[in-house]
Amino acid sequence: MRDTVMDMTPAEVATRIPLLEARGLSFDAGGTRLIHDLSLSIPEGRRLLIMGANGAGKSLILRLLHGLLTPSAGQVLWQGQAPDEKARRAQAMVFQRPVMLRRSVLANLNFALSVHGVRGAERAAEAAHALELAGLSELARHPARVLSGGEQQRLALARALVCKPRLLFLDEPTSSLDPASTQRIEDLINAAHMRGVTIVMVTHDMGQARRMGDEVIFLHAGQVAECGPIDQVLGKPRSEAARAWTQGRLYTGTTF
Amino acid sequence: MFSFGDIMSEAFVLILNWDRNLSEIVGLSLYVTLSAVLLSCLIGLPLGAMVGAFRFPGRGVMTVILNALMGLPPVVVGLFVYLMLSASGPFGPLQLLYTPAAMIIAQTILVTPIVAALTKQVVEDLHGEYAEQFASMGLRPQERIAALLWDARYSLMTVALAGFGRAVAEVGAVLIVGGNINHVTRVMTTTIALETSKGNLELALALGVVLLVLAVLVNAVVMALRASAVRAAYA
Amino acid sequence: MLRRHLFSLAAGAALALGLSGAAQAQDQFIVVQSTTSTQNSGLFDHILPIFQDKTGIEVRVVAVGTGQAIKNAENGDGDVLFVHAKAAEEKFVAEGHGLQRSDVMYNDFILVGPPNDPAGIAGTTDIVAALTKIAETGATFASRGDDSGTHKAELKLWKEAGIDAAAASGDWYRETGSGMGATLNTGTAMGAYVLTDRATWISFGNKGDYQIAVEGDDRLFNQYGIILVNPEKHENVKAEAGQAFIDWVLSAEGQQAIADYKIDGQQLFFPNANG
Repeated sequence: MRDTVMDMTPAEVATRIPLLEARGLSFDAGGTRLIHDLSLSIPEGRRLLIMGANGAGKSLILRLLHGLLTPSAGQVLWQGQAPDEKARRAQAMVFQRPVMLRRSVLANLNFALSVHGVRGAERAAEAAHALELAGLSELARHPARVLSGGEQQRLALARALVCKPRLLFLDEPTSSLDPASTQRIEDLINAAHMRGVTIVMVTHDMGQARRMGDEVIFLHAGQVAECGPIDQVLGKPRSEAARAWTQGRLYTGTTF
Repeated sequence: MFSFGDIMSEAFVLILNWDRNLSEIVGLSLYVTLSAVLLSCLIGLPLGAMVGAFRFPGRGVMTVILNALMGLPPVVVGLFVYLMLSASGPFGPLQLLYTPAAMIIAQTILVTPIVAALTKQVVEDLHGEYAEQFASMGLRPQERIAALLWDARYSLMTVALAGFGRAVAEVGAVLIVGGNINHVTRVMTTTIALETSKGNLELALALGVVLLVLAVLVNAVVMALRASAVRAAYA
Repeated sequence: MLRRHLFSLAAGAALALGLSGAAQAQDQFIVVQSTTSTQNSGLFDHILPIFQDKTGIEVRVVAVGTGQAIKNAENGDGDVLFVHAKAAEEKFVAEGHGLQRSDVMYNDFILVGPPNDPAGIAGTTDIVAALTKIAETGATFASRGDDSGTHKAELKLWKEAGIDAAAASGDWYRETGSGMGATLNTGTAMGAYVLTDRATWISFGNKGDYQIAVEGDDRLFNQYGIILVNPEKHENVKAEAGQAFIDWVLSAEGQQAIADYKIDGQQLFFPNANG
């Protein structure tokens, strides 16, 4: 068996080398270790969920993977290499609370496109298409900050997707939305996934997890308590932490 | 001895009998002050935004210096610029002393720290909100600065107005480097100082009222521009 | 978008600065370092247009205290020095900062005071005796304190009276450190005696109930002189235009223009050029 990248065809490289990989990630803040020696790999096209109780380190991991935070130890690899600017621009993130620029809805999209070097007629077309997908065409000229919570999150998602990322990070994107708004966000995410976008999402919602996830990583106190296919981890959890969580109990133990 | 009614009516007469001389003085005041505010914004906005948005060694020191420079005494700035531009100074050959350009330079030195320090505050607050989003989008430093300045544009108009207020009311520096030369470097404030020294206190105060009206007008124009810009941006 | 805006603003500002510089270079003008007394009296507004009509040379007057005017001229920031402190002017020439010094005109100093006349000197003519009484009674006296021509003249008079006024500074002797007009404003407000040149006093608009207390002493003579700044020390000095102005001021026509300047029928300056 050939075991180096050099010996493989491009197609084989694509299937064998994960899009994103974390090796031995740790993160300390204020003298406390918040993330312990975390390793994972995310193949292209996968939908990975990160779950766990409050304070387990879900958002931290998302930020470490996305490169918003620098790990205290370990490394993140993009297609087997240290991420460069190109890698950064192949990723996008939607935050729990959408960050709206103080501009119109359309200008928010135009800004993201401009940053990616898309200009002129192409930019106008892309932005219009994204607005339509997000159901925001009517609101194009409105200031983004006067939109409702659901509309803002849809715009944030549209802005993240308009630059055609290969990997999309989502940090509890629907945690403060009503069911109808949640549905529309999930539809947009699924549509992106159908187009081949890899999804890494933090969620608290078990129903959403079942609808949206292929695999889940269950965190407890900054460590992986359990990982595997969604149905297995949520249906027949092996770890005490995941079991307690699915049953709605608070688990404070230090073992899994 | 003085009645404010007299002063107001003298101011009113001044405005009614608006003559070429007054136009010249008011025009030069606006030209010098607006030029200085423009230059200060060109320097102070990016400078303040950089200090507000980026972490770098010496940032704290720079903040302290900018804040301290906001209190620069105009006379000291005037003397400094005089020594620079004097025929015996390093920039003497430029022959800028006793010209409007010298006044613009002095006022720019006075106003830039105000614009930079206030911009820093405005941008710092905004950046706290935007930082993660910008990092996620992979913005380059200059893109960050431009985006922050653009998104803070309405607050920054107020910053520019603060700078305008300092510059238009300033007399010590422009008197020294401009020389208060009739028809050349005589502006509102130096005229007021001159009329005061001639003992024409009512006239001086009336000119002060005209200056105030001017400041109110400039503020009103900027605020109206701001309102229409908001409307245009979201029409 | 923003960058494009900023660029056009920068271009505009650079253009504006450039234009103002260019416009200056085209006009023919000279800078005269002079004193507040000549400027505040309105003399320049009267004589300069006559000169400009005749020669096309614009005269820009920077009016500061004589001390500062001399200092500025030493730095080369002016083409002509037109002040009133003979000793300092002669020193200026002796040190090579200026060429020949010429008498132009004179007026006189007067001592003005409040109507209640606390030192009891109103109507007298001996200025040294009057200053002595002011010191003895401790009546308030407002001094320029700014090294101006008037200030130098005042210090000379205190010296003649044998009084160290500076020792009483802050007590009855108040140094305002400002121009003639500002000192008059301050002095009249605090009921102090003030030594002023007659021209400034006549044209001063805020006299209140103040009156002239002492005048007519020979020692109150106030001579104005004019000097071309030495072009060999400062190559930017416009010797030709500056000399043209000096020649005109000293000419019969210039002297007549000075004599013609009156406020309320009173002549403010008396021409006495030798040439």
